[in-house]
Amino acid sequence: MAQKHGMVENRGAGLWLTHAFMIVGVIIIFFPIWLAFVASTVTQPEIVSPPMPLWPGDQFWENYTAALFSGVNVPVATMLVNSLIMAIGISVGKIIISLLSAFAIVYFRFPGRKTFFWMIFVTLMLPVEVRIVPTFEVVANFGMLNSYSGLIFPLIASATATFLFRQFFMTIPDELAEAARVDGARPMRFFIDIVVPMSRTNIAALFVILFIYGWNQYLWPLLITTDPEMNTIVMGIKQMFPSGDDVAEWPVIMATSILAMIPPVIVVVSMQKLFVRGLVDSEK
Amino acid sequence: MEKRVTFRGWLLPVILIAPQVLISAIFFFYPAGQAVYQSLFIPDPFGLSSQFVGLGNFEFVLGDKFYRASFVTTAIFSILVTLCSMIPALFLAATADRLIKGSGVYRTLLIWPYAVAPAVAGVLWLFMFNTRVGVVSWYLGQFGYDWNHVLNGGEAMGLVVVASAWGRISYNFLFFFAALQSVPRSVIEAAAIDGARFWRRFFGIVLPLITPTAFFLLVVNVVYAFFETFGVIHTITSGGPQQSTTILVYKVFADGFIGQDLGSSSAQSVILLFVVGLLTVVQFKYVEKRVHY
Repeated sequence: MAQKHGMVENRGAGLWLTHAFMIVGVIIIFFPIWLAFVASTVTQPEIVSPPMPLWPGDQFWENYTAALFSGVNVPVATMLVNSLIMAIGISVGKIIISLLSAFAIVYFRFPGRKTFFWMIFVTLMLPVEVRIVPTFEVVANFGMLNSYSGLIFPLIASATATFLFRQFFMTIPDELAEAARVDGARPMRFFIDIVVPMSRTNIAALFVILFIYGWNQYLWPLLITTDPEMNTIVMGIKQMFPSGDDVAEWPVIMATSILAMIPPVIVVVSMQKLFVRGLVDSEK
Repeated sequence: MEKRVTFRGWLLPVILIAPQVLISAIFFFYPAGQAVYQSLFIPDPFGLSSQFVGLGNFEFVLGDKFYRASFVTTAIFSILVTLCSMIPALFLAATADRLIKGSGVYRTLLIWPYAVAPAVAGVLWLFMFNTRVGVVSWYLGQFGYDWNHVLNGGEAMGLVVVASAWGRISYNFLFFFAALQSVPRSVIEAAAIDGARFWRRFFGIVLPLITPTAFFLLVVNVVYAFFETFGVIHTITSGGPQQSTTILVYKVFADGFIGQDLGSSSAQSVILLFVVGLLTVVQFKYVEKRVHY
């Protein structure tokens, strides 16, 4: 890295200009989040008589306690738990079923293997938004409205993860499977002792991506959680706006928005390397 | 590509793929089939029976001026979202790429918006431009500009575009930055010795070298604008005013769930299905090129 830019100009004024440009960029990109944070620390009157302040106030605890423990329709703490269960359910569920089916497709020859492979491939193409009405009917017929399984299962019916694992399993040296077979190891032993441990970086990277995907779902929870107790936080924010002419409780709504972005931001920032890797892999 | 070493047996693999096959069948193939099936029928007003109409729903949908308007809206929306998210990302990445130290810090800060859900992004931007309390709309008012996205379709479009593009800047930045970092330094230094200044080098040498990434992002961002921006539209405008921000995915939802017009909504789903298929083929083609590059 040190001699990377060695010969190309980037010293003195030029360097400061570059930093200045980046800082301005970061400030502009960050402004919406900053403003939401400020709004979550001031009083309602300060917001409804514009312009609102641009520096945080002293109502942090009041607003966040109000949001977490009473909310508008339902305490935000409840919505956070729902979101967490949904996001973890989607990521863990998808990773498990994909590991299993990728293992079957790569390490076995069985009748109908090709058909299954193409069947999975087709599911890559259709986002839930497109088949929304019939999927809703299926879930309703199963009595899965307002349930965690209704939130989770329809969103793990897609094949991206299976494909990633398949690609990765193809790179595992044949000698390992050969040795396992010579030792008389059962396929599942090989899977648990060799394949899964070797895939842990891929699993972690995929977890980051899927967690964010699950946490940020909006349309699906909006349709199937009619009971406020089952609302997820991302879809619940919109429900906090009053209908008609009432004035929205901005400090509480903005505190909820901040709470809604904290878990995915923590995941993305703390697992940045894995996240970038997961992104690049899952788009390949 | 096939493995040479495999295990024997057929029962175990069938059990292993069973969960995925079951879930795909119940929550994917059956609903997708239903969408196609329902698109060929019109239910009676009481929902008791339905009548086969062949391609009637498609004729109706494609002849509907609101649906055609929604196509145009979607095209404008996705082009704008793609441009508004790729251009700033490219400039930020090009600038960060010039830094030897500190680009990591900027990267950490710039990926934040990616983690913010489109629906939450919608709420944040709605708050800034709210006609009563919004800070930005208030300052615009001070300059004599009367911002009102509730009534003005163009302003509504602008707002949903910016709110949708915002989080994508992070995403595009990461890809552009990685691509720029992999451009061979020797090429750039050779140009520098020849006296080419930064922007000349950027447009003449660097940009052509990262076109594969740019094409890839172009397709991915269009797909995003088509299918993943529902949250933004629903929180900010609900498709209005006068359907000026009703994109295709929003219309499927509005006609199917609010209008309860199942036949039309299913026909729209099937049309969207073709659009997705088309985009996927394009995506795979470019991704393939990228791998061979």
